[in-house]
Amino acid sequence: MASITMNHIVKQYGDGFPAVNDVTIDVADGEFMILVGPSGCGKSTLLRMIVGLEDITSGDMLIGDRRVNDLAPRDRNLAMVFQNYALYPHLTVFENIAFPLRLAGVEDKVVRAQVEEAAATLELTEHLDRKPANLSGGQRQRVAMGRAIVRNADAFLFDEPLSNLDAKLRGQMRTEISRLQKRLGITTVYVTHDQIEAMTLGDRVAVLKRGLLQQLATPRELYDNPANLFVAGFIGSPPMNFMPATVEGTTLKLPFGDIEIPAEKAQRVAGKGLLIAGIRPENFAESSAPHARDVSAANTFSATVDVVEWLGNETYAYLPFDAPAEVQSQLEDLEKELDGEVVRTQLVITLDGSSRVREGDTVEIWIDATKVHLFDPATTENLTVDLEHAGKIPALQDAQESPAAP
Amino acid sequence: MARTTRKSVFGTWVGFVIILVWCLLPVAWILSLSFKSQAETNSGSPRFLPKTWTVQNYRDILSNHDFLYALRNSFAIAIIATVLSVIFATLAAYAIARLEFRGKRLVLSLALAIAMFPVVSLISPLFDMWRAFHLFNTWPGLIIPYMTFTLPLAIWTLSAFFREIPWEMEQAAQVDGATPWQAFRKVIVPLAAPGVFTAAILTFFFAWNEFALAISLTSTTAARTVPAQMSFFVGSDPFNPPYGQLATASVIVTIPIVILVLLFQRKIVAGLTSGAVKG
Repeated sequence: MASITMNHIVKQYGDGFPAVNDVTIDVADGEFMILVGPSGCGKSTLLRMIVGLEDITSGDMLIGDRRVNDLAPRDRNLAMVFQNYALYPHLTVFENIAFPLRLAGVEDKVVRAQVEEAAATLELTEHLDRKPANLSGGQRQRVAMGRAIVRNADAFLFDEPLSNLDAKLRGQMRTEISRLQKRLGITTVYVTHDQIEAMTLGDRVAVLKRGLLQQLATPRELYDNPANLFVAGFIGSPPMNFMPATVEGTTLKLPFGDIEIPAEKAQRVAGKGLLIAGIRPENFAESSAPHARDVSAANTFSATVDVVEWLGNETYAYLPFDAPAEVQSQLEDLEKELDGEVVRTQLVITLDGSSRVREGDTVEIWIDATKVHLFDPATTENLTVDLEHAGKIPALQDAQESPAAP
Repeated sequence: MARTTRKSVFGTWVGFVIILVWCLLPVAWILSLSFKSQAETNSGSPRFLPKTWTVQNYRDILSNHDFLYALRNSFAIAIIATVLSVIFATLAAYAIARLEFRGKRLVLSLALAIAMFPVVSLISPLFDMWRAFHLFNTWPGLIIPYMTFTLPLAIWTLSAFFREIPWEMEQAAQVDGATPWQAFRKVIVPLAAPGVFTAAILTFFFAWNEFALAISLTSTTAARTVPAQMSFFVGSDPFNPPYGQLATASVIVTIPIVILVLLFQRKIVAGLTSGAVKG
């Protein structure tokens, strides 16, 4: 057991491209830390630097109190589960799990006992004599985890361990990993591009974009107080709605109509001109819905529904709108960073499953004005962020520490 | 449909039989010759099967000390050359497959160039050098050139195998606590085993069958191998070479090759790496 401290870690490749740029993350002892971001954000590189498969260009990597920058992987005492499992195909499941112990020269009797215990934990006992080639994807995944838990590693590292499994199995293994981590209470760093895994597994989540740490916070903080457009768009499914907005006094002018926002929010953005408003789909409701609170004319508008998707427990309604060019280009950039594509600017609203709204209907929509986020279109920064409940936002903290910097 | 299927099955069998006869007829001929008596091989009007079966040829050749020495030399030289060649090739191929270094392409193309170099052109320089180095008519005198000629092919074969092995295997081993050498020995080499055996068989065949160097770089049975020794089986009558003896010697030197192929055939199991990574 140990904490992992990353201090201003930089990874620069031969061509000078910084895959990881000045990232500082502290993983507490026993914490489950998630590194999340779209492909190419440097999350896997960062993980490989922790385990020692990738050199660190500059910065300090500490495991416990020990600086490990120059230690070989085998001297760091970490266990890692690879994306493709990397099982040894010539060895049986038993020998695969026993491999780290055999290397450590552990006595045969002890090896047998420990492997059997790990196998029992992972329900692999009946498969111990089989070769990896004869196992299903989920079983291989468990063998890879068995190899990790059998030794007394200081921490577990997972590199997208569930991305090769089908959706159902992924859900089950996710719970399994969470249960295992809680039971063993071992420090864990988990890399994923899937925001659902990030939200459900992590004690804290580090969101990365192009090698830069965007925000380091608990899942709830990320969801309620995203640092910028990127984090806001990345966390949550269906994603947060973005639309052009301007503020006059405490009136927020949206493409669909005007709503009243709290004075405190309005103050923060006073005089900023054109903004991007971000509202999560579930912060809308039909005015007629029973649970809608504070339904007043000030924060309702009516709009025509384009498409309805009924999922049983809830309904997604799509409402198209036009955005000015300035906002449009910013939203397109954002989608590109999120590995997506802007088809059209539209509002996604989560309605109750019992809603009778049909395509082409005009409905009265209520907005929870307290949950509106306002972003600066130029810097993409969240102007209404509640810093007390937003974890760590390096971009803002750097600005505060060195106000003279450009 | 059925007719074309039957036709193609018929065609396959015809082709199969033709190839089989083409390949095995000389072998059968040698086998049959080895059981014929001297008198029968020297008479004209040959027939395929011996008139009277005899094992006299085998008795003679196994009591021929020169042949037994040659057999010993052949085994020792071929095995030593194979083992050394495979060890060096494995290490070199691993470096080529895994490491990025300057001149990697040069090393690979040089190795290929050496493999293409005609053996005959090197015989006279080697002859002079080996006499100067006192390697003439010794085992190392043959082992060294055999290794030189088989290493390139072995390196190419093995580096192709190493490239197929996912790099994660090795990284996983290192994270599990292996030194680079342990990762190589316990994970990479077992996975490359089919490649290692392929390289070993190719090297062994070359050393076992090689004639030009064997005849030129040896002078006595101290180092002469079987193919070279067989050229000395001329008999007393230059017009009537001892065909029976030659055929018998050929049969005897073929047996180890057949055994070797049958043994290693099982080891060369394709798809050993299946299941290493996602299915």
